[in-house]
Amino acid sequence: MPEIKVTPLGAGQDVGRSCILVSIAGKNVMLDCGMHMGYNDDRRFPDFSYITQNGRLTDFLDCVIISHFHLDHCGALPYFSEMVGYDGPIYMTHPTKAICPILLEDYRKITVDKKGETNFFTSQMIKDCMKKVVAVHLHQTVQVDEELEIKAYYAGHVLGAAMFQIKVGCESVVYTGDYNMTPDRHLGAAWIDKCRPDLLISESTYATTIRDSKRCRERDFLKKVHETVERGGKVLIPVFALGRAQELCILLETFWERMNLKAPIYFSTGLTEKANHYYKLFITWTNQKIRKTFVQRNMFEFKHIKAFDRAFADNPGPMVVFATPGMLHAGQSLQIFRKWAGNEKNMVIMPGYCVQGTVGHKILSGQRKLEMEGRQILEVKMQVEYMSFSAHADAKGIMQLIRQAEPRNVLLVHGEAKKMEFLKQKIEQEFHVSCFMPANGETTTILTNPCIPVDISLGLLKRETVIGPLPDAKKPKLMHGTLLMKDNSFRLVSPEQALKELGLAEHQLRFTCRVHIQDPRKEHETVLRVYNHLKGILKDYSVQHLPDGSITVESILIQATAHSEDQGTKVLLVSWTYQDEELGSYLTSLLKKGLPQST
Amino acid sequence: MAAHLKKRVYEEFTKVVQQQHEDLASKKLRLTKPSKSAALHVDLCKATSPADALQYLLQFARKPVEVESVEGVVRILLEHYYKENDASVRLKIASLLGLLSKTAGFSPDCIVDDAINTLQNEKSHQVLAQLLDTLLVIGTKLPENPSVRMRLVEVACKHLTDSSHGVRNKCLQLIGCLGPVEKGATKEAESQAAKDVQKIIGDHFNDQDPRVRTAAIKAMLQLHERGLKLQQAIYGQACKLLADDYEQVRSAAVQLIWVLSQLYPESIVPIPSSNEEIRLVDDAFGKICHMVSDGSWVVRVQAAKLLGSMQQVSSHFLEQTLDKKLMSDLRRKRTAHERAKELYSSGEFSSGRKWGDDAPKEEIDTGAVNLIESGACGAFVHGLEDEMYEVRIAAVEALCMLAQSSPSFAEKCLDFLVDMFNDEIEEVRLQSIHTMRKISNNITLREDQLDTVLAVLEDSSRDIREALHELLCCTNVSTKEGIHLALVELLKNLTKYPTDRESIWKCLKFLGSRHPTLVLPLVPELLSTHPFFDTPEPDMDDPAYIAVLVLIFNAAKSCPTMPALFSDHTFRHYAYLRDSLSHLVPPLRLPGRKLVSSAVSPSITPHEDPSQQFLHQSLERVYNFQHLDPRGIQELLEFTIRDLQRLGELQSELAGMADFTATYLQCQLLLIKALQEKLWNVAAPLYLKQNALASAAAKQILEETYKMEFMYSGVESRQVVIIHHMRLQAKALQLIVTARTTRGVEPLFGMCEKFLQEVDSFQRCFISELPHMQGSFVDKLLDLMPRLVTSKPSEVVKILQTTLRQSTFLHLPLPEQLHRATANIIEPTGESDNPLRFTSGLVVALDVDATLEHVQDPQGTVKVQVLYPDGQAQLIHPKPADFRNPGPGRHRLITQVYLSHTAWTEPCQIEVRLLLAYNSNRSKASTRIPKSTWSESLEALPPSENGIEGTIPFSKPVKVFIMPKPARR
Repeated sequence: MPEIKVTPLGAGQDVGRSCILVSIAGKNVMLDCGMHMGYNDDRRFPDFSYITQNGRLTDFLDCVIISHFHLDHCGALPYFSEMVGYDGPIYMTHPTKAICPILLEDYRKITVDKKGETNFFTSQMIKDCMKKVVAVHLHQTVQVDEELEIKAYYAGHVLGAAMFQIKVGCESVVYTGDYNMTPDRHLGAAWIDKCRPDLLISESTYATTIRDSKRCRERDFLKKVHETVERGGKVLIPVFALGRAQELCILLETFWERMNLKAPIYFSTGLTEKANHYYKLFITWTNQKIRKTFVQRNMFEFKHIKAFDRAFADNPGPMVVFATPGMLHAGQSLQIFRKWAGNEKNMVIMPGYCVQGTVGHKILSGQRKLEMEGRQILEVKMQVEYMSFSAHADAKGIMQLIRQAEPRNVLLVHGEAKKMEFLKQKIEQEFHVSCFMPANGETTTILTNPCIPVDISLGLLKRETVIGPLPDAKKPKLMHGTLLMKDNSFRLVSPEQALKELGLAEHQLRFTCRVHIQDPRKEHETVLRVYNHLKGILKDYSVQHLPDGSITVESILIQATAHSEDQGTKVLLVSWTYQDEELGSYLTSLLKKGLPQST
Repeated sequence: MAAHLKKRVYEEFTKVVQQQHEDLASKKLRLTKPSKSAALHVDLCKATSPADALQYLLQFARKPVEVESVEGVVRILLEHYYKENDASVRLKIASLLGLLSKTAGFSPDCIVDDAINTLQNEKSHQVLAQLLDTLLVIGTKLPENPSVRMRLVEVACKHLTDSSHGVRNKCLQLIGCLGPVEKGATKEAESQAAKDVQKIIGDHFNDQDPRVRTAAIKAMLQLHERGLKLQQAIYGQACKLLADDYEQVRSAAVQLIWVLSQLYPESIVPIPSSNEEIRLVDDAFGKICHMVSDGSWVVRVQAAKLLGSMQQVSSHFLEQTLDKKLMSDLRRKRTAHERAKELYSSGEFSSGRKWGDDAPKEEIDTGAVNLIESGACGAFVHGLEDEMYEVRIAAVEALCMLAQSSPSFAEKCLDFLVDMFNDEIEEVRLQSIHTMRKISNNITLREDQLDTVLAVLEDSSRDIREALHELLCCTNVSTKEGIHLALVELLKNLTKYPTDRESIWKCLKFLGSRHPTLVLPLVPELLSTHPFFDTPEPDMDDPAYIAVLVLIFNAAKSCPTMPALFSDHTFRHYAYLRDSLSHLVPPLRLPGRKLVSSAVSPSITPHEDPSQQFLHQSLERVYNFQHLDPRGIQELLEFTIRDLQRLGELQSELAGMADFTATYLQCQLLLIKALQEKLWNVAAPLYLKQNALASAAAKQILEETYKMEFMYSGVESRQVVIIHHMRLQAKALQLIVTARTTRGVEPLFGMCEKFLQEVDSFQRCFISELPHMQGSFVDKLLDLMPRLVTSKPSEVVKILQTTLRQSTFLHLPLPEQLHRATANIIEPTGESDNPLRFTSGLVVALDVDATLEHVQDPQGTVKVQVLYPDGQAQLIHPKPADFRNPGPGRHRLITQVYLSHTAWTEPCQIEVRLLLAYNSNRSKASTRIPKSTWSESLEALPPSENGIEGTIPFSKPVKVFIMPKPARR
């Protein structure tokens, strides 16, 4: 039985360091190549030695696919391709290819320049690595080699995020990467056609959550910002540079536009400017509204949002500032926070999750007095708000995607084991497909039942299909023909043609059977009785009595001779070709039952 | 005499009809030239190659064929059809056959047999499909012939086994369009066939080709539309089709399911996985809800739209559509809406300060959570959050329709609608505001909801704000804080967008009159009165103060205790506002203000409005003036006109009526005045200069009659006659004046002739109304007609003069509803001192924003006129898309006017006004100026009196400062 093998090197019952090995019909594909945020040692990268101990990776892997530019999906890429050594093709979408190196470079800077690590990949390596990348378009089928093809679908998680379908022959796997089924202010919803893959590898970050309508969240967010600004307060929104930041920017920008507000909005950090540039370029990857209106105005050319300067923080009057990083643990956002924390008119809005130990986490858990470095005590008087803007599919979204794609098997990655368990149970219960959730390094084997395409000549097809009254192609149909396996291809041809092609002479196969009948009468009388008997039973067939004393039923020949020893026993010789096997055996069984006594 | 005249009239009529006959005959002669078919025949015979023949056929198809020669042409085509070997030519012939059978007036039953015969030996699938299409055309042309239809359907059934999808497609289409639909028809065989048709189509629901499946469903829907009751048995099949791979199949299947759910709402269907059974409409509702999260947005739109019209669904299912059980880490979570509601009911304001405010509460039993199979669950939540705004709009519309029929659902969907006010696409926001307005009878807004609604008041889009004002007009608010909040927000809106003034006042008027008891406790605060201290008197011109007063006065109307809270200046302001903004401030019964209160005593029944009485009384008086002396008549008319005009200003609902009659009386007054001129007594050559008044009066009457005819909506034919009659009188006056003042008879001939023609056409147009016009000018004139026709111009003039003097004043009957078309230019305001600068020779765009009321067909009639200081006038036809229709009888014109001029030395003002174009040749109902693109005509307007088409200015002109600068070299 052919099988698909899946081994997560990362992201198996875990979030972070996504890296999944898939072997399908003899092809090996690596999906994502991420790093883990939580570790600073060797564990931060996937263990590539699992693939091969001493051989070259290029020989073992046919291609690498990166779903989107988040570091937990692409962070290990330069290490993998340049330091471990991989020269094969790497596939990603155009926006990912554009933004990925910026993030990698930033990551490298932080690790090498700030933390002083050595033995890390260099800028040059990032460049070299990106040279191996092949960019793909949405819904473009890319032939990696003669058999392996991949195709990208829109995933809506971040700009350029894609789901990939990997297909060899009839077997296929879909890898979702991270995806979002509810559209947001700048991206659309993930979409896939009914491709019915053998296996769907889905993320499951929010396996046990069903989220509230995004409109409530947006409205709350806007209302809070608006109220604070009207009061004359300042709003600080700590964000990470890419992804949610853009969504929030668009949200505020359109709100400002709609409501004719005048308070300035600032955006700190240079990294974002570069990224915004790409957002402007890849308009086709954004949602309907932005795509439709960009002719009049590109939504990412912000009118109200300006670059932030350190000095602005002391300006009087209301303002809104987006500052990095998102967890208030260092950098500009923390500086601004310290300046503004004392005034109860101000507000800080945390748009995402905060890791324990960060200032963000402390204030969210309600701490009002913070101890800063140098034994300073910072009293937090400003309002602290939490808003969750996250672009992963919730449980309903995951189910919806499964319903759309109709896979035969589902495999869950990128989530916590406990939560996966629940979703797995739900999937099995509602779709009646088997669901897997391997841990890192654990191999899951899925048996497939691929269909094998066979060529058939048009003449034969027509001859075989005209029989039925209605063309009902959805039902399997029996066909007669000769299967030729030649040069690694299958063909169904008519027997005559097969003989001709193979240069074989036609042989006829005849079955002959003797049936003994107790009948004291003369031979020709017996024949006549048999004839009448058959004629009576086989009304739909042409039963003929030939002048030479034999009977034919269609092409089956029946002759009667007297037994050489016992004249009372007549021997009926029944002879048929193998094509008439059905009728022939029926006749013999009929004759074996004997003739009716009275005629 | 009169009898003679009538005869003449009939003679005239018959004559016209005869002429038409002649016309037709001559046409026939010209058109039945045999050239066409013959030429085609020759051409086709000449054709050497299929390409040639195709060319000929293509050329042939470009020209229309007359009814008489269709059959001949068809025969020739058929003949060639059988000869032709090339499939493409046959295809073209087949399509031509269909085209020809469509010819109006041609009955294709003579070619049915031939057309069916062609099918016999046809091998090409495309040609077959085309031939079936032709048969379909023929069949639809013969709705009265069931036997032919039956034959055609049989033919189609025979070809259903064809291997090409195109042929099967057409067959199904044909069966759908022509299949018999009568149940229990006369013959047994027919009812048999009717059953068969459904079965035959149903069999193709499982066709291998998605296009055929779609066609099968469509054919079924077609049958339904034609009145056949579909069998419930196909419901199961249709449900299976919902899971089809192809979106067009799913989309059609959704429709089919909807149709079935409407047909058999109460029948019971089993739920597959369990033993339970539910109503079919509920089951269908659940299935269609499921399709709201389909992969294809076309299907989603379709599903969302259809949901709205499934009103029989049980409320239990309906309410599920808004329910999406939230959970977080397997623990039940309350939605933001629920939280908001709880906060509200516990009397606390939202803190929203704590992280984990929305922390999940109780644990959920993992087995009980249904993630997807819950059918209707959350369908609208998904639909409203959809990526495509088309789906969202459809969902909002559906919500609206369902909420209108179910008050409890309306209450529930409120939160979601309010959320939609923040959609990123303006259309969606607008749509949801309108929806909310439509269901506002069923709902009361909570404070937190009101808060969100009011936040939208700051929207920069005017459409949105005005829609919101409309919404607030008919909203129920539950608390006095709510009213206060609304007032505060509206005032904020007013300061931010001063142009919204009128709309906000109107909104407050309704808000006040709907919630008198809620306003009452707010009055001292709003008027800032103090029990002990006198507070300064607010500025009466402040729009915000007026807004507050409008709210209070309207509330006071049904709350008699309120005036006690007013301070002195409030009463004064009331009197002022009642006078200046009478449409916003209702009459109040105020203590110590007998005069005001007596104006409307409560004893008067509402339908017998005193002002209406007054109107009728004054008219009665006028119509009986015959007994007065000329001086008295004039005075009476003048007074009445003044009264009516004042009445129109005070009573907005009677304004149209009052103005209309005032204009009519004005015309009469002018006529009387003109006829009493001294000039008539003096010898002709002596007073050349003194005729100014008479001719000016004639001119003015003409203008006024055009205004009466075209500026009022609701004018009936009775009024039109009177108006035309007045116009005729004015023309007579004109003729007399001209005759008096010009020497020589030559020009008079033409004028007399023209006038007589007009009398003639008047008679023809209004023959039915003539009996009502006893003793009028026309009546007398028609009596004298034979004499007029034969006499010389000078005599004609004399006769006219005496008739004009002797004729009586016609009574103008008033229609039920009469509204004067008005326009108000909101923008440009005309207050700006900054000139609009632009380089001469280039173009500057001026935004024009105007409201139009009671204009019929504004797209065709409303024009913008720009008058330059040098007297140049420019007429601009706005695009049809520039007109919006916010409510019945109201239109909004938002357009851009392009200005250009040569350089000026200093800024100067141009005038912008709106014109109503009319065409006096047509009756009012069909007034439509043939549009000559929408380019501007730079020549001056044709003066209205001699042109057939004319324009009436109907808005106040607005002055705009502009300054074309010379171009820099």
